[in-house]
Amino acid sequence: MSKFNKKKDGDTPAVSTASLPDIVFMLLFFFMTVTVMKDSTLKVENTLPNASETKKLEKKDRVIYIYVGAPTAQYQSTFGSEPKIQLNDKFSDPTDVGDYILQERAKKAQELQNVLTTALKVDKNANMGLISDIKQELRKVNALKVNYTTYEGDAFNNLQ
Amino acid sequence: MARRAGAPEVNAGSMADIAFLLLIFFLVTTTIETDAGLDRMLPPIEPPDTDVVIKEKNIFEVNINKSGQLLADDELIDLKTLRDKAKEFLDNNGDGTCTYCKGKKDAQSSDNPTKAVISLKNDRETKYGTYITVQNELVGAYNDLRNREAQRLFGRAFTDMEAEYLNPETSSEAKEALKEKVKKVQDLFPQKLSEAETSTSN
Repeated sequence: MSKFNKKKDGDTPAVSTASLPDIVFMLLFFFMTVTVMKDSTLKVENTLPNASETKKLEKKDRVIYIYVGAPTAQYQSTFGSEPKIQLNDKFSDPTDVGDYILQERAKKAQELQNVLTTALKVDKNANMGLISDIKQELRKVNALKVNYTTYEGDAFNNLQ
Repeated sequence: MARRAGAPEVNAGSMADIAFLLLIFFLVTTTIETDAGLDRMLPPIEPPDTDVVIKEKNIFEVNINKSGQLLADDELIDLKTLRDKAKEFLDNNGDGTCTYCKGKKDAQSSDNPTKAVISLKNDRETKYGTYITVQNELVGAYNDLRNREAQRLFGRAFTDMEAEYLNPETSSEAKEALKEKVKKVQDLFPQKLSEAETSTSN
């Protein structure tokens, strides 16, 4: 008859895990709030070059993105393997850049329209010819502030 | 004596597992984006009304060819020495009007930092990576010189001050105080980096 089993002394009580869900939820909410879902799927290779003298791109609402690079494997059969420009979700020609910038600029709030930056996210294997065409188009629509987006790192790694 | 009071409690033991599952999903998908890059201003498309005449010795011409070789002032150089060359050029102080320069006062090089212009030309077939490296070195040359002066005047690196000035979290009083200093250092070595249109020749 062991109805009243005597508790053994010296046994460490189990750690209460009741608050574990709370802790995990806290972490969960943190990550949920900081997560930014990508707004456009990349259709081009986009390995950015490295640079050390960078400045941070603050305030996302003031930035217009232009992606340049060779189409990824699944698009190479239709678009070839030469670097292309991606605006929003589609491949474009350098001549479309001006219209795109004007269109994006019109979407922004009035007070932001003069302080917009164009972020060029260019694959490091792209040729400068295409970039020069883009720069020329940007100058035509007076979007003069550009940011060559790069990874933080030693710039000499680009040469390999 | 078994007493039953209302509905039985739902077992919440698996709640942690569910939360962990969600947590891991968000952990994996999160990319805390830190976009950074080289800020540049493009020249306006309308040419200036008056033609600006710049003496040849005040221009430091950097030319990148299609295989990534570098020609600085008609001299084939290695990319690693570009920063020092650019610094030497900017800091030269040929006419002796620059009181803070430490250059060699070479009469064949730039007059003073406010007149010195770096002109960057590239080929259409130059790799973007090489171009960025060159840009980085030239911006680095300016930053090095500005850091030196900022260190002398305010005991603090210029890049540091600028980063704080541009940071949106900095309070407006601190910004106001920094604005003057940043402007002052910028004026000591104004960034005159011209990007000419691309050449198609080899």
